[in-house]
Amino acid sequence: MKAFAALLERLAFTPARNAKLTILQHYLERTADPDRGHALAALTGDLKLRAVTPGLLRGLAAERFDEVLFALSYDFVGDLAETIALIWEGPGGADLPLADAVRLLETTGKAGLPAAIAGVLDRLGPSERLAFLKLATGNLRVGLSARLARTALAQMGGPTLAEIEEIWHGLNPPYPELFAWIEGGPRPDRAALAPFRPVMLSTPITLEELRGLDPAEHIAEWKWDGIRVQAVSEGGVRRLYSRTGEDISGAFPDLIDEMNWEGAVDGELLVRREGAVATFNDLQQRLNRKTVSRALLTSHPAGLRVYDLLIWGGADLRPLPLIERRKVLEAADFRSDRIDISQLLPFGTWDDLAALRAEPPAPVIEGVMIKRRDAPYVGGRPRGPWFKWKRDPRVVDAVLMYAQRGHGRRSGFYSDFTFGLWSDDALVPVGKAYFGFTDEELRELDRFVRANTTERFGPVRAVAPKLVVEVAFEGVNRSARHKSGVAMRFPRISRIRWDKPAAEADRLETLEAMIDTPNVFDAEGARAGVRHGRTKRRGGGEAPQEAGAARPLDGVETPSIPAGYLDEEE
Amino acid sequence: MRPAARCVNAAGQPADGPARSDPMRADDFLFPTDAGLFCPAGDFFIDPVRPVPRALITHGHGDHARAGHGAVMATRETLDIMAIRYGENFTAARQAADGPARIGGVEVSFHPAGHILGSAQIRLACDDGPVITVSGDYCRTPNLVCAPWEPVPCDIFVTEATFGLPVFKHPDPAHEIARLLASMAEFPGRAHLVGAYALGKAQRVIALLRQAGFEAPVHLHGAMQRLTDYHVEQGIPLGDLRPATTPKEIEGQVVIAPPSAFASPWVQRFRDPVICFASGWMAVRARARQRGVELPLVISDHVDWPQLTQTLAELRPEQVWVTHGAEEGVVRWCELNGLDARPLRLVGYEDEAE
Ligand SMILES: [Zn+2]
Ligand SMILES: [Zn+2]
Repeated sequence: MKAFAALLERLAFTPARNAKLTILQHYLERTADPDRGHALAALTGDLKLRAVTPGLLRGLAAERFDEVLFALSYDFVGDLAETIALIWEGPGGADLPLADAVRLLETTGKAGLPAAIAGVLDRLGPSERLAFLKLATGNLRVGLSARLARTALAQMGGPTLAEIEEIWHGLNPPYPELFAWIEGGPRPDRAALAPFRPVMLSTPITLEELRGLDPAEHIAEWKWDGIRVQAVSEGGVRRLYSRTGEDISGAFPDLIDEMNWEGAVDGELLVRREGAVATFNDLQQRLNRKTVSRALLTSHPAGLRVYDLLIWGGADLRPLPLIERRKVLEAADFRSDRIDISQLLPFGTWDDLAALRAEPPAPVIEGVMIKRRDAPYVGGRPRGPWFKWKRDPRVVDAVLMYAQRGHGRRSGFYSDFTFGLWSDDALVPVGKAYFGFTDEELRELDRFVRANTTERFGPVRAVAPKLVVEVAFEGVNRSARHKSGVAMRFPRISRIRWDKPAAEADRLETLEAMIDTPNVFDAEGARAGVRHGRTKRRGGGEAPQEAGAARPLDGVETPSIPAGYLDEEE
Repeated sequence: MRPAARCVNAAGQPADGPARSDPMRADDFLFPTDAGLFCPAGDFFIDPVRPVPRALITHGHGDHARAGHGAVMATRETLDIMAIRYGENFTAARQAADGPARIGGVEVSFHPAGHILGSAQIRLACDDGPVITVSGDYCRTPNLVCAPWEPVPCDIFVTEATFGLPVFKHPDPAHEIARLLASMAEFPGRAHLVGAYALGKAQRVIALLRQAGFEAPVHLHGAMQRLTDYHVEQGIPLGDLRPATTPKEIEGQVVIAPPSAFASPWVQRFRDPVICFASGWMAVRARARQRGVELPLVISDHVDWPQLTQTLAELRPEQVWVTHGAEEGVVRWCELNGLDARPLRLVGYEDEAE
């Protein structure tokens, strides 16, 4: 537990990706099985423990500590688990192997849990107490994605990241055969049925950049506004993976039923009714569900539009040029009226394509995809073979960072959101939005904020940076007043991207690149705002004044700290 | 000479002449004013926050020791430190505390506080009044750069409460230094910049590094130089110290700098440094995050909660007066433990450093 606690502490404070990788790699190299496997599972979110609730923790505190002293302490520290870890009194000299801590949390019944947790806290020192409570509450908050954790595994010198990702979903904590493989043992092949294969990703492109490319060397397709999935059906095992390799089969039994073929295909998951593709909103109803009701299966039927084949007819097609894979795709029989293939767009010049892009036949199209004919299928995001040319450049995918309680009709709801974009390895707040979502979405956002709070500053909560929101806006200016250097006009949350990993949100440079682009909608946008009662948006479109990643919303100070308490004494 | 508007004691009576026939009440002996704690019987202030005719100073930190008083009494080291920081003319007259002294009707003595070099608690006694000990800032963890804290029995103990909440239990500083050394081993190519206040903390961090067997040069930000030199002159061995001016050579080395330097262009000379900060506040993650610290080191020159409450339990004064920090926490503890306590709402200490 000591090494695990030190690991969490270092990761939590280390902003740079590479330094995080080094720290995790060293930990995995220096820690024995099974502790390192449990730590890895904790970091990748694969450790399924009975989550200890804040209520249980409050109960523990109430039994041991004076109510006033605890309240003053909690107010200062701002985090319940951390307050308890710091305030707890005990000899604290002992250690507890991580595996024992995991077993205790796995096997202790609900009734015995408070006493068991108190017993562990009595034995551990403060850092270990915090690590144990983070483990128990299932909220490690170290800013490390599952993919980065697997990257650290690949840095240990054995199999590559792609090789590890192929079998990852067949492995179970604490991964003894994975570590044995990394250290020179055999590949754990039984884990390899219907595996996830790393997905090929695209990079954004503009018309100007396209002009440097030969249209004859490329194909183009509509970019459908669904969810990118990899559907795998091999040897009787069927799985549907998100693009990050998460197994989402459980939410789409109707599509799983239709996968009556052998292979691994890349495509867009869509809700389809009588042939037409429904909106992303419809698809959203199907997301984040463990089980799906019969009614929903009927009202929101899932379908798949395939655009590439990775494995087909027992052959690995990935090394083939796209155009060869495409021939196999066009000849393939998916034996389902819910599965079809993405059609190619006819174009001779980039201007032809621009004209098509300007008038897509369906609103659920968000642009075009452009792919090199001769490119093999390569996992990751190689710059060059695949491009996305989005319909509306004035949209960014940002990460929710802070939420503030609303007023009036929204009292009690976290309804004012600060979001950020990536710059280097950190999120930089770029704006705030108060509208754009439905009441139902507001409730969902509020639930998300409460469940993912990392810090509280009065009415403001910092949330774990993991929810992506698509922010639509009318333009963007340079602004010296904002730390990000840019100010968005009229930002609103146009969509909640429950499906998108935070690491794939846009970068600050993407927003900066939109600065000089003329925007014919400026005037209308501003008028529309007034017409829709947006005049009371309290500075909407402005990022926090001092938008450091660790600052709460503008004007809201952390409670209980004397002003300037950390200033130099002179 | 006294601040006219506040020359009234807590009971609302004129403070300039308590009746000699009655025993002096504590509230008449020492009470807060806008300028700081005032003792009318000796006509002096303790750690005043604005210029006064006569000041007794507990230690050299900026919120306690200010320039411009008529006369200053403090330990020899504190007088030296004030001269280094403010220039030789920081006061019109000075007197080094050396054994008990009489000021007006008050017997005054200075006792080690264990906080920084020269730091003292001030004991006040008068013939027919209570004994009051003003702790200033104090710390009971052994500190290589200053004399250890001593208990000073008293009727009234005026305690600081910087870390006056039960969440503050400072770890062994050696453990924190071991974490710094481990990080230097893990990232050998990156300079480790340790934020530490120029007076006290900086020298303590260096001394702790030496105690842990670290013998390589320690590089100093320019703001540290004179005060660190003064520690060496006072016989505190700090090993090989060099100015942090030549970044190429100091990659992968340890550099001590005032925390404010991290916000200035000075820090740009280091390629990918590890920002560390040695402070008791670093025990709380949100505080460390607010400072953008990559390696928080919980090293404090103040009493933590166990030390503070242990001190109160050992001294068991008739009254505890609680000053800057988390007064409510300490007052609550006293209430739960049968001690009479109240907050002394002194102004001017908001920028207490740690
Ligand atoms: Zn001090
Ligand atoms: Zn102080």
